[in-house]
Amino acid sequence: MAKKEYSFYPGCSSQKAASASNYQVSIDSMCDVLDIQLNEIPDWNCCSASIGYAGGGELPRLALSARNMALSEQAHPDQDIVATCAACWLATKETQERLHDDSALMEETNQALAEAGLKVKADKNIRHMVEVLIEDIGYDELGSKVQKPLEGIKIAGYVGCQTNRPFGIAGESFENPKYLDKLVETMGADPVENYDRKVSCCGGALAFSEPEKSQALIKEIIEAAYDGGADMIVTPCPVCQMNVEVYQNHINKTYNTKFNMPVVYYSTLMSVAYGKSAKEAGLDGQVIRAKKLEEIAGK
Amino acid sequence: MSNMNTAMIEKYRNNFLKEVEANVEEGEWVKMCMQCGVCSGSCPLGPYWDHPPQEIFMMIRAGKREEVLSSSSMWMCTSCYNCIARCPRGLPITHIMHGLAHYADRLGLAPKEQPTRKFAKHFWDNLTKKGRVNELKLGLKLYFMNGFGEGIKTAMKMKDVGLGMWKSKRLSIGELWGGHSIKDTKGLHAILNKAREIEEAKAKKFEG
Ligand code: SF4
Ligand code: SF4
Repeated sequence: MAKKEYSFYPGCSSQKAASASNYQVSIDSMCDVLDIQLNEIPDWNCCSASIGYAGGGELPRLALSARNMALSEQAHPDQDIVATCAACWLATKETQERLHDDSALMEETNQALAEAGLKVKADKNIRHMVEVLIEDIGYDELGSKVQKPLEGIKIAGYVGCQTNRPFGIAGESFENPKYLDKLVETMGADPVENYDRKVSCCGGALAFSEPEKSQALIKEIIEAAYDGGADMIVTPCPVCQMNVEVYQNHINKTYNTKFNMPVVYYSTLMSVAYGKSAKEAGLDGQVIRAKKLEEIAGK
Repeated sequence: MSNMNTAMIEKYRNNFLKEVEANVEEGEWVKMCMQCGVCSGSCPLGPYWDHPPQEIFMMIRAGKREEVLSSSSMWMCTSCYNCIARCPRGLPITHIMHGLAHYADRLGLAPKEQPTRKFAKHFWDNLTKKGRVNELKLGLKLYFMNGFGEGIKTAMKMKDVGLGMWKSKRLSIGELWGGHSIKDTKGLHAILNKAREIEEAKAKKFEG
């Protein structure tokens, strides 16, 4: 199959030594096997996620994503933009749709961009990496690359909010999207059936500002995974990943639980199943180590 | 900013709905709400909202300006988009909540000590400075936002999280001295200033 190329928006958390740097490592390994070339948008900036609203009004926030789109149009004019972070994807896609549908907003945005000699058309699709996998490659092809099936591992597919609502992945329902479970199966592992916190909220950015309230939500997400017999949780979102993984000690103290549940990305699973090493799969970036994956990667 | 507050009170007299429609992001949608209450059952932090979204929309129509704008409710929104997915009238509720929070803050009416308000403002300052988020500085700012003593306490409580992130190479102490940045910060600042200018000029027009 021919190489597939996309304009790539990695986002702040993917940077070197940032909170989702391990996500990026596994994405690179996965894309290498699938012959996907990600062309980074030159000099991209932060999208302001879902929490930029306090300081930034509507237009400054739209201008942030518009600048990224303008730079992408300049450098990779024929390519769709792909994001791996759920919040980046959502913010950029929202901006694309709003500019596209509202000519007054488009004009004002371009007035602002002109200050830096930029212009945006906002006519390219903004896609999440998961959409590329499912729509452009397909489960069969994804499965054909598996060298080490993840046999005997039970995995709870935690979809969360922002890859699911308001846009979601085409053909999936808001209440019970199946794509993560299908990816888990395609890699040879067992999905937890009826994982009842699949689309619950982890608190998002409020995990920082309202830690106790958010940790109560996170506790339910982990508990439901244990109830389903899960060995680990998989997610498509860096915010979900971090929130569900790194506060387990605190939750254990508060609730007298004994959580020690690894939380990985779909691209971690895929890298291991595709025969990459533990390091290439980003497994050294786990705060709670995914031992079952390390074992397979080490074989 | 209280000047702006006075100006807005005079301009809109007791028509708070009009004020929201003119000044709040997606505010023109508020009148479409049919008070079914579906959104109010959707917020993950719902028990902590003094006034859930449906009630906020009702209060806007009833002209309860102070109560709405000084509420901490909108700041409890986790941007989960449950409400948008479910609202039978298609209201962009998430964005209206963000818009109300932003507007209240601009008017100086938002509760000063609301933790998400403080965090979100630091986040914006952090990202606009260099164009990318500096996670370490943002974290430290966050721990210390309630004063030095509290900050040490929070930092101690959080040190296992930080240590775990650092050991797994997902947090860099180097971020303290610079850290990630875009190249064209000048261009970015010019864009943001212009965007703010355009937005403020529009608000002025309403002040008439
Ligand atoms: S779900 Fe929609 S129509 Fe129903 S109360 Fe909420 S905003 Fe109003
Ligand atoms: S997006 Fe905000 S307002 Fe809507 S359900 Fe979630 S927390 Fe509530």
